[in-house]
Amino acid sequence: MTKKLLLNRVNIPGIKTYEVYRREGGYQSVEKALKMQTGDIVEEVKKSGLRGRGGAGFPTGLKWSFLAKPDGVARYLVCNADESEPGTFKDRYLMESIPHLLVEGMIVSSFALGSNVSYIYIRGEYDWVADILQVALDEAKQNGFLGKNILGSGFDCEIYLYRGAGAYICGEETALLESLEGKRGLPRIKPPFPAVKGVWGCPTVVNNVETICAIVPVINEGGEAYSKIGVGRSTGTKLISACGNINKPGVYEIDMTISVEEFIYSDEYCGGIANGKRLKACIPGGSSVPILPANLLLKTAKGEPRMMNYESLADGGFITGSSMGSGGFIVLDEDQCVVRHTYTISRFYHHESCGQCSPCREGTGWLEKIFHKIESGKGEMKDIDLLWDVQRRIEGNTICPFGDAASWPVAAAIRHFRDEFEWHVLNPEECLVRNYGLAHYADPLEVAVS
Amino acid sequence: MSEEIKNTPPALFTVTIDGITIQVPRGTTILNAARMIGPHVAPPTMCYYSSLEGSGGKCRTCLVEVAAGSTKDPRPMPKLMASCRTEVMDGMIVKNVTSERALDARKGIVEYLLINHPLDCPICDQAGECYLQDLSYDHGIVGTRYEFKRRTFVREDIGPYIQLHMTRCILCYRCLMVADQLTNSRTQGILLRGDASEISTYISKAIDNDFSGNMIDVCPVGALTDRTYRFKNRVWFLKPFDAHRDCDKCCGKVTLWNRGDEVFRVTSRKDPWGEVQVIDGKAAWICNTCRFEKKRTSDWVIEGPTKINRHSVISTNHYVKEVTPPDPLDKALFGRDPLLLMDIKEQSGVNKENIDLSIIPGPATSTTFEEHDERKEIEEAVSERLSINNHKKLP
Repeated sequence: MTKKLLLNRVNIPGIKTYEVYRREGGYQSVEKALKMQTGDIVEEVKKSGLRGRGGAGFPTGLKWSFLAKPDGVARYLVCNADESEPGTFKDRYLMESIPHLLVEGMIVSSFALGSNVSYIYIRGEYDWVADILQVALDEAKQNGFLGKNILGSGFDCEIYLYRGAGAYICGEETALLESLEGKRGLPRIKPPFPAVKGVWGCPTVVNNVETICAIVPVINEGGEAYSKIGVGRSTGTKLISACGNINKPGVYEIDMTISVEEFIYSDEYCGGIANGKRLKACIPGGSSVPILPANLLLKTAKGEPRMMNYESLADGGFITGSSMGSGGFIVLDEDQCVVRHTYTISRFYHHESCGQCSPCREGTGWLEKIFHKIESGKGEMKDIDLLWDVQRRIEGNTICPFGDAASWPVAAAIRHFRDEFEWHVLNPEECLVRNYGLAHYADPLEVAVS
Repeated sequence: MSEEIKNTPPALFTVTIDGITIQVPRGTTILNAARMIGPHVAPPTMCYYSSLEGSGGKCRTCLVEVAAGSTKDPRPMPKLMASCRTEVMDGMIVKNVTSERALDARKGIVEYLLINHPLDCPICDQAGECYLQDLSYDHGIVGTRYEFKRRTFVREDIGPYIQLHMTRCILCYRCLMVADQLTNSRTQGILLRGDASEISTYISKAIDNDFSGNMIDVCPVGALTDRTYRFKNRVWFLKPFDAHRDCDKCCGKVTLWNRGDEVFRVTSRKDPWGEVQVIDGKAAWICNTCRFEKKRTSDWVIEGPTKINRHSVISTNHYVKEVTPPDPLDKALFGRDPLLLMDIKEQSGVNKENIDLSIIPGPATSTTFEEHDERKEIEEAVSERLSINNHKKLP
C-alpha cells in the first residue's frame, strides 16, 4: 500500500470545510513555513527533488531559484489549474475533494517566492470547482491565513481565483499569463521566460495544482524525507488519472516504484482490462504524449519491465518510449481502433490550435482532414506518408509546445500501428464496419503464461 | 585577427552566419545581422516588420539553425530558432541557407501557408510585389499535396479606401500592429481561433483613420488592398517615382506609381526588404490624404525614379535598379565547389576559348573537341569538313 501524501485525507467527511481540514492537521505547513527563511524553503523544495506535475517534469526547486528578484518589482505566483489535457483529471479531483490543500500550498509557495498577490487560473469548464475553491479561499481569509500580516509574521498575501474561458492553449504558461492579463490567450515568444518577465511584465512562477499541493508534505515532512519516497529522480508521489477500458477508472496516488503492469492489472489500482479483454495500447501521460503498444508499454526495448516513473516511461525516447506527461493514463483494449483514436486526438488539436503561428494553424487542420479521409475508407497509401511528413514539419517549428503535442501522437500512431493504417487503406469497406483488433505482435502476457 | 579583437569595443558581438563573420551591436537579432551581410543570407520574413514593435515570430519562415549558441556555451540549440526574435550572442554560429534542416522546415511552412491560400495571383492586385509569391518561388515545392476544400471568406469593404479579402490572409498580425501603433484606436481584430480565425472589424465597422492606409503597405499578401487602385493596373506596368509634398499630417515622402503622366497609386517608400523606409530616424508612414486624395502629378514634387532593389517579380522588369552589393556566395559556400557554379570552360571539353565556334559546321559535341585537342589537328579536321566553305581560317 502506497503511502499517500495528497489523497490521505480525502475520505474524511467534511474535509472541504475549514474546521475539519484544520482539525486534521491542515495549515500546519503554513505555520512552519512562516517561521523559516524564504531561501530555506526553496532549498527544502530543491532537496525534495519534486518535479513539476504539469507535464514537462521540470524540477520545481530549480524553477523557483530561476525567479528573477529585481528590487522594487513585484513577483507573482500563478497556479495553473487550467487542466484541459484529454485524459487528465487529477487536479480537478484534488480541488474538488480537498480544496484547502491547494490554498495551503499556495500560501507556503507565495511566501517562499515573495509573492504578495497570487493567482489561481482555473479553466472555465470547472465552474463548480471554482465555487468550491472560492469558498475555501474565503474561509482561509476569515481565519487569518490570507490577507494582511498572516499569523503575525508580517507577510501579506492575497490569492485571486481567475476563471478562464475554456481554451486548451491557456494551459500553456505564457498563454495563461496573457489570458490572465485580459488579452487573447496567445502564447508569448520565449525568451523572455516568465521567470524574468511574466504576468504584468514582472517575474512570475507558474506551477501546476498538484505541484503546489505537493509543497505541503515537502514542508511538513522535510525535503529529505520526501526525496526518499519514489525512485531515482522521480521522487514523491504522483497522481495518475486512469481512464479508458479498465475496470476501475479513477485518480490513484502512486509512489513511482510500481510497474506499469502492476498498475494496470492489480486490484489496488486499475483492476485489469474491462470485460476480460486484452490490452492493445496505452497513452501513459495524457493525449499529447506518444501512444505505446502493449509490448512496449509493459517492457522497455531493453526487455526490462517498465515502471511508472519519469525515467522509465521515457526510456527509449519517443521511438520506443513515451512520457509521464501530466499523468493521464488512457488504456485501449483490443477492440479500439488506433486510427479513429488518433483522428479524435487530431480533431481536438485542430479545434484548439490558437492560430498564431502558421505550421500549427494550418498543419493541425490538414492532419485532421487526412485522418478523416483514411478513417472514412477513402485513404490512399500516400496519405500515410503525407501524415508523417506533415507532423514532422510541425514538430519543433512552432512558438509553443502545442505543435509538438499535436504531432507526437500522430507520429507514434504511425510508428507503432502502421499496419493498422495500411489495413484501413486496403480494406476501405471493411474498416467502416469492424475494427482491426490487436496489432501484429506477440501479446506479452500470453507469452509469459505459455 | 588579434588586433581586430582588441580594437572592437565589447558592445559588439561577433556572429557567423553561413560562414560569413560580422560584428553587430549587442541586442541585434539574427535576422538583422543577416540583413547587414546581404540578401543572399537573409532569411525570408512574412510577419516581421522592423518599424512595428512586437512584430515577428509568428510565420516561422525565418527559422534558422543555431549551430553554436555562443563562445561561452557553444552547444547547438536543439530547435530551429525564429531569427527575427532571437538576439545574437557573442560567437554565435548560425546556419541559414547552408542548413538542410532550416530549408526543409521552410519548405514545409510555405506549403502550410499555401494550403488555404486561394492562389488567385492572376486577379490579385498584390501580384508582383507579394511576399508570399516571392517566398513560394524561392522555397516552395511545385504543386500541392493538399486535396481538401480551402477555407474561404466573403470579401469585405472596410471603409472607403480598403478592401479586406480574408481568403488571402496569412495572419501575420501586421495590420493590427499598425492600428495599435499608428492610429488612435484599433477597430479590427482577430475573431475566432485556429485556422478559422479571421481579421475583421466587428460587424464590419468601417476602418476610418488618418493612417489606416498603411495597413495596405504592411500586408504581405493581397488581403488588404487599395480600393482606389483595385483592378486599375498591374504593378509591373507602373513606373515608380520618389516624390514629396508638404503635408501637415505625415512626412509627405512617398513613391508615386505612374503610367505615362497618370498617377495610379501612392505608397510609402520601401527599403530593400519591402518595409517602409526609415527617413531621419523615423519610419516614413504616410497619411490617407497623401495616399488616396493626391493623385495628380501637379500635387507632387518629383525627385526622380525610384531605385528598386528587391528580389521579386516586380524587379524583373525594366526598372532603374540599385547597384547590387558584392556577391557573398563564395564565402557562404565554405570553399565548397558545387558542380553548377564551376566555370564551364575549365571543366568541359566543349566551348574551348581557343576555338572559333563559327567555323564548325553544325552542332559540336565534346568528342569533336577531345579528338582534336591540338589546334592544328582541329584546323585540319575543320578544313576537311569545310571543303566548300573554306573562306575563314583559324588565326
